Amino acid sequence: MLTLEEVQAIADLARIEVPEGEIAALQQQLNGIFGLIEQMRAVDTAGVEPMAHAIDLTQRLREDAVTEEDRHALYQEGAPQVEAGLYLVPKVIE
Amino acid sequence: MDLALPGVLPVLNAGAVVRAIRFGLAVGGAVAPRSVFARKNYFYPDLPKGYQISQFELPVVVGGEILIAVEGAEKRVRLTRAHLEEDAGKSLHEDFHGMSGIDLNRAGTPLLEIVSEPDLRSAKEAVAYAKTLHSLVRWIGICDGNMQEGSFRCDANVSVRRPGAPLGTRCEIKNLNSFRFLEKAIDFEVRRQVELIEDGGKVVQETRLWDPQKGETRSMRSKEDAQDYRYFPDPDLLPLEITPQAIARERDALPELPVAMRERFIAGHGLPASDATTLTASKALADYFEAMVKAVGGEPKTCANWVLGEFSALLNRLEVEADAGPVAPVALAGLVKRVLDGIISGKSAKDVFAAMAAGEGEADAIIEAKGLRQVSDAGAIEAIVDEVLAGNAKQVEDYRAGKEKAFNSLVGQVMKASRGKANPGQVNEILKRKLGEDAGPGGLAS
Repeated sequence: MLTLEEVQAIADLARIEVPEGEIAALQQQLNGIFGLIEQMRAVDTAGVEPMAHAIDLTQRLREDAVTEEDRHALYQEGAPQVEAGLYLVPKVIE
Repeated sequence: MDLALPGVLPVLNAGAVVRAIRFGLAVGGAVAPRSVFARKNYFYPDLPKGYQISQFELPVVVGGEILIAVEGAEKRVRLTRAHLEEDAGKSLHEDFHGMSGIDLNRAGTPLLEIVSEPDLRSAKEAVAYAKTLHSLVRWIGICDGNMQEGSFRCDANVSVRRPGAPLGTRCEIKNLNSFRFLEKAIDFEVRRQVELIEDGGKVVQETRLWDPQKGETRSMRSKEDAQDYRYFPDPDLLPLEITPQAIARERDALPELPVAMRERFIAGHGLPASDATTLTASKALADYFEAMVKAVGGEPKTCANWVLGEFSALLNRLEVEADAGPVAPVALAGLVKRVLDGIISGKSAKDVFAAMAAGEGEADAIIEAKGLRQVSDAGAIEAIVDEVLAGNAKQVEDYRAGKEKAFNSLVGQVMKASRGKANPGQVNEILKRKLGEDAGPGGLAS
């Protein structure tokens, strides 16, 4: 069962700001999900090969060739701040 | 590029898979018949989606090893794995009005990340490993090796420990785009960790950035941000299956590997290990050497001396690879053949080579044009020797009085009189005979 601190840590990792008053409710919901997981873990899966995907197929590959057109200018138009072809963001290192 | 626009779905490029297979085979690793893509979740502006498509539990290549040589000693470096992932964007931290600039052009392009076991014990070993790997990926044609453009990059995990103690807490250093920076950054980081521990501190596991201007590493992310990537299988991609046929196809297409070629140069050509190592440092150089030996029809040691000597010096000066040099292997073979059959002296050969490098034509044409043909006619050399002996009575006397040095001076005079064209072996022989005719060193003058 998750503690309030763990809920806060998960929110931080996901960059979600949770108002003080909602943490307890969130904790309850998350613990509900963990309850479901515990229920599933009770199923005997010995000898069952784990699947990596719900669809039992393998990945189709695409040919190694350029297929996209250059739409750099168009994409740059949608960004709040650009310069020299770069997207500008708040400084990430000190 | 991947801007994480809604609705965009990933598709795996067959070319990336082929390159991963080639790498796995080249290092003797296991190419996984089935591997799985996972999402590695973290927030950083160079990754607009908020996760990187990577591989976690089931990577495409498992194990393998790289053989490195450090100061003459060989060492095996075990590989943990190599996994396919997508590249992130490139962050430029130069000042853009107090902001960072993000180049997303390479975001989403495939990348093979190669992870080694903690087998490297010094910055020197790490550099030798990185250089060997760099040479190998170009050798098997899966990477152009350009470090400036980021085609080949490295991150270094550094930890320190007391002798015999378990490995210490590691820090990962990023932004190492040259072998020189790799070495400097590791050396700096080792000193920093040792000082920290000696001052009673503790190393915190974190990612650090190499600052080439200041020559130091510094913390990239704040310490309270514990890394927790929360990997899970990517629902947008199905498992990657690699058939035995696909592996066999790449195995057949793989060129002879540098380790095998090096052994062949030592055992088959009788080259010293150091020559074999340098020749197989690049495929272009090794191919050049092989083509030259074939054109000469043997004499591998003489060919190696030329390739590693004059020819490599020329390549360094021009800053080009062996296959882009101005002298073709067959042309250099033509020159070496003239030295081997005594037509020109080794000294003249260097002048001919310089002329060939300057684009003055084939060896034979240059030898004729410059009149460098060596005089091997005994009669002609004898005439010059007689002349020199007659004109240098003092040295002749010194030699006969037991001064060996005088002999060298006489050889020099003969070579000078022949304008460097006399066959030096013959000059020695004739001179010795002439001086011995009357009396040897210390003998009685008539």
